[in-house]
Amino acid sequence: MNWLAGIGAVTIGKLSSFGRATLMLFGAIIAKPQFIKNVPLTIKQIYAVGVQSLLIIVVSGLFIGMVMALQGYTILVGYGAEGSLGPMVALSLLRELGPVVTALLFAGRAGSALTAEIGLMKATEQLSSLEMMAVDPLRRIIAPRFWAGMISMPMLALIFSAVGILGGHVVGVDWLGVDSGSYWSIMQSTVDWDKDVVNGIIKSAVFAFVIVWIATYKGYDSIPTSEGISKATTETVVYSSLAVLGLDFVLTALMFGIE
Amino acid sequence: MENLIEIDNLSFSRSGRLIYDDISLRIQKGKTTAIMGPSGIGKTTMLRLMGGQLTPDSGDIRFKGESIPQMRRKRLFEVRRQMSMLFQSGAMFTDMTVYDNIAFPLREHTSLSEDLIKTVVQLKLQAVGLRGAAHLMPAELSGGMARRAALARAIALDPELIMYDEPFAGQDPISMGVLVKLIKALNDALKLTSVVVTHDVTEVLTIADYIYILAEKKVIGSGTPEEIKNSDSPLVQQFLQGLADGPVPFHYPAGDIKQALLGSNS
Repeated sequence: MNWLAGIGAVTIGKLSSFGRATLMLFGAIIAKPQFIKNVPLTIKQIYAVGVQSLLIIVVSGLFIGMVMALQGYTILVGYGAEGSLGPMVALSLLRELGPVVTALLFAGRAGSALTAEIGLMKATEQLSSLEMMAVDPLRRIIAPRFWAGMISMPMLALIFSAVGILGGHVVGVDWLGVDSGSYWSIMQSTVDWDKDVVNGIIKSAVFAFVIVWIATYKGYDSIPTSEGISKATTETVVYSSLAVLGLDFVLTALMFGIE
Repeated sequence: MENLIEIDNLSFSRSGRLIYDDISLRIQKGKTTAIMGPSGIGKTTMLRLMGGQLTPDSGDIRFKGESIPQMRRKRLFEVRRQMSMLFQSGAMFTDMTVYDNIAFPLREHTSLSEDLIKTVVQLKLQAVGLRGAAHLMPAELSGGMARRAALARAIALDPELIMYDEPFAGQDPISMGVLVKLIKALNDALKLTSVVVTHDVTEVLTIADYIYILAEKKVIGSGTPEEIKNSDSPLVQQFLQGLADGPVPFHYPAGDIKQALLGSNS
């Protein structure tokens, strides 16, 4: 019966961890807002998690758009449908690749940094010292990082898609000779604002919520040793990536799967 | 003499290990109380219990007669404004200058103008001898300077109680002398109540008004420095004289070495 007890212990451990994560989230975001204090802190964090992630997002978006155009062209040209390259690139990016790849890059670039930063603050007793100074670390440390992630990631996903579409234009139109007018006009007539753009933004907002929640919780709950912080950082990237991919299927089914 | 903190019949365990077993302490107002004991017996844990960061299994901790474990979070945060803690690592915020670190509690808890905050910060830094280091980042400070800067931050709001967690650990003799002088001077000048957790016997005997020695989950000795020096408890004497072996054994509990080395052939 030891295996049964083992399963029970693991389940209780996971549930209690989920409970702690939920309490942390509620403590951080369900509180009386302190705009004067929190806005500058949030702006600082938007710079750290958003602006500093721009380079990797722009470069990745550009190359993914270029590869999509190259691959798409080789298939579409066989049917004489290379004029549909624009909507193919745009829809793939706006609906799927923009939110998902941005989320995976965000988890690796900003999520891991958040976990390591908060974990180190715990290890160097900065979180304890905040508590002893009667300053709630959930509101001072976790809340600005949470809102910064929620604001930054949808913007990064839109930038990723926009740069990807331009990358597709460079390869499809400038290099392979697809007509520029049909690239843009068919894209304009095919892409729907609500169904494609807004759904993509909703997806990236959901991914942002999950990534920032996991990243801040893993840092806040980490064992304050070098090994503990290393483990927490790794878990942030692995759990966030898996959660993003799993949620993407669910969201896609809800948004596009049932007509 | 009025007590600022009263601890009664406190028991506390962590991860299934009993740290304190039914201990009682009194921290007198306006005095320096030292809590001493061997490494690993949970001296820092005691400070965290006093600050309400940990909750005891049983017993009570009262600050000015009010039970800390029973307090709601909001009240606990109000009470914490009257206490302060100097952490072993200093716990300076690494993304702020020394100036901003000391201004931090003032900006959080007061509505003072920036001009007034500047005056207070400069006075606090002057008190610890670091006014010239206001512009430095914590990473640019030596260990002793970081602890002095943290001390300036700890006294920024003029607390009634200040808790020192191993203030002398890892300090060179000069830094140690400076810290001893500072703790004593601040205590006298600001009429603070101080709790110093340490195992540096010589230093603490010069500044403490009252000493508790903790070991084996209990208070094994208490009294004025003179009473402690003259204690007839072998455990207290082993601690004071730094003897390698005694009631606290040199060897971590293990089986017979002959048996371990020779196995079943012995």
